[in-house]
Amino acid sequence: MGTGLTETQKTDTPITASKHGDVAREASLSLVEPKGDTLVAKTVTINRPREELYDYWRNLERLPSFMENIERVEALGEKRYRWVVKAPAGHMVEWVALVTEEKAGEYIAWTADEGAEIANSGRVDFRDAPGGRGTWVTATILYDPPAGIIGKAVAKLFQREPAIQVRRDLRRFKQLMETGEVATAAWTKAQLAEEND
Amino acid sequence: MRALTWHGKHDVRVDSVADPEIINPRDAIIRVTSTAICGSDLHLYDGYIPTMKAGDILGHEFMGEVVETGSKSTLEKGQRVVVPFTIACGACFHCSKHQYSACDNGLPADNQDIAQAAYGHPMAGLFGYSHMTGGYAGGQAEYVRIPFSDVGPIVVPEGVEDDKVLFLSDILPTGWQAAEYAQIEPGDTVAVWGCGPVGLFAVQSAFLMGAERVIAIDHFPHRLELARRFGAETINFEETKTYDALLEMTGGIGPDACIDAVGLEAHGFFADNIWDQIKVSTFTGTDRTHSIRQAILACRKGGRVSMPAVYGGFVDKFPLGAFMEKGLTLKTGQTHVQHYMPALLNAIMEGKIDTTFLISHHMPLEKAAEGYKLFHDKQDEVTKIVLKPGWDLTEAA
Repeated sequence: MGTGLTETQKTDTPITASKHGDVAREASLSLVEPKGDTLVAKTVTINRPREELYDYWRNLERLPSFMENIERVEALGEKRYRWVVKAPAGHMVEWVALVTEEKAGEYIAWTADEGAEIANSGRVDFRDAPGGRGTWVTATILYDPPAGIIGKAVAKLFQREPAIQVRRDLRRFKQLMETGEVATAAWTKAQLAEEND
Repeated sequence: MRALTWHGKHDVRVDSVADPEIINPRDAIIRVTSTAICGSDLHLYDGYIPTMKAGDILGHEFMGEVVETGSKSTLEKGQRVVVPFTIACGACFHCSKHQYSACDNGLPADNQDIAQAAYGHPMAGLFGYSHMTGGYAGGQAEYVRIPFSDVGPIVVPEGVEDDKVLFLSDILPTGWQAAEYAQIEPGDTVAVWGCGPVGLFAVQSAFLMGAERVIAIDHFPHRLELARRFGAETINFEETKTYDALLEMTGGIGPDACIDAVGLEAHGFFADNIWDQIKVSTFTGTDRTHSIRQAILACRKGGRVSMPAVYGGFVDKFPLGAFMEKGLTLKTGQTHVQHYMPALLNAIMEGKIDTTFLISHHMPLEKAAEGYKLFHDKQDEVTKIVLKPGWDLTEAA
């Protein structure tokens, strides 16, 4: 657990770099109650201790500070959270997800409720980076790309290419944790508000 | 405020735009007192650099007075600062190794994709140089928002004139790093291709680092004259076979270190992906990389090649065989400006380095569009134009 690797792999390479095979199925082996058949996974190195990174992330209400398409995350109690996600034309899509597993300073995993508009599940692992370079943060997300209006919402959530959105969100997390702020070229508050719309 | 904005090929204008505001805690706002036009700005002017948008504010060699600070800035209002052209966070792994131009966090997250695709990794942000390098508003303006103001700008002492320290922003550290990368040893002969500002500063730096001889190569007589003034011997490549001259001038050995300060001169990383193709397809491509090929062929066996010149894409006919057989070392990269600023400020204050010789023109910011045209059309006589926000239209020097 927590390595991003599965037992069926023959080498040390991450499943996302595989040229063949059912990587989503392999990834689902690392999840409790996996949901979704499309895999997105990405690792970033952050020059901070893993406890600090985990603590920030575990407070899920704070995720919108670096995940640009998440409007808000509300704690419902008993490890259940309502996710409210920005959709086109000012609409919102939401679902409830349960934190299925967690270990302080190491990992957190979730799965959406049955019947969620967008089936999804995933985990975030925090591992010490070699050479004292801080922490490897790996996000592994499985989801079902739906059709119709919700499909459009998902397209916006993932900016059409899910790997790009996850990569950008992880970069923003890295910026926030390493520098205390998210880099922007906006030079007026009005421009910043427009960017974040 | 007033600012020089880009609108298209050979179309730059001084417009009224919104004043900058503090956005992030580590920001500062400066009122610009001096801001230069860089040779690489001409590539924007010529329309070679993609990912430009109409209305972008140009300029990456500037200094000014702090007028506003964010809650985490360490600057104080009223301080005079020179601003590095590279935007670096000071906190990531690369910044901790003083590899500031390789900063992980200088670029907004969404702007990192292009560089990642082109080069494998995103680099630091730059002021006023297209959206691939961050889309940050540049310094040819009355005011500028400075991100990471606690680690970038260097405070200059009271009473020191702008002209003496302005070039700490880019070209002086770039010339210095070029010489440092040449790993000069006492008694060395160093050859420098290109006597633009970076080449001329590399000439000065090479002597300070112990070079016995520096040979400067260019075709503009005025620039060669400036190099001679710093003690360099000169080669005009329009009249001379450069390789033959270098070997004869070194008794057949070749220069111990070769510095290529020609290239595209641009700080943009990507222009010649397109640019090279055009040049190759029109058979003018050989000019572009001629200097680096020549440097490799002329360099002595076991010698060092340093390449401050900016290359963005792929080059043709790179003499990899000569490079390998002779056992050369090549070192290159965008400048880690923040690393060099303090020591170079000291060198200026102690009178070891002079930068003012370079400035050929001062003009009001309001005349910036004329300045671009003048610089573009007359590169021999115009070595550097410094724009002065706040000067009225009648002032010039």
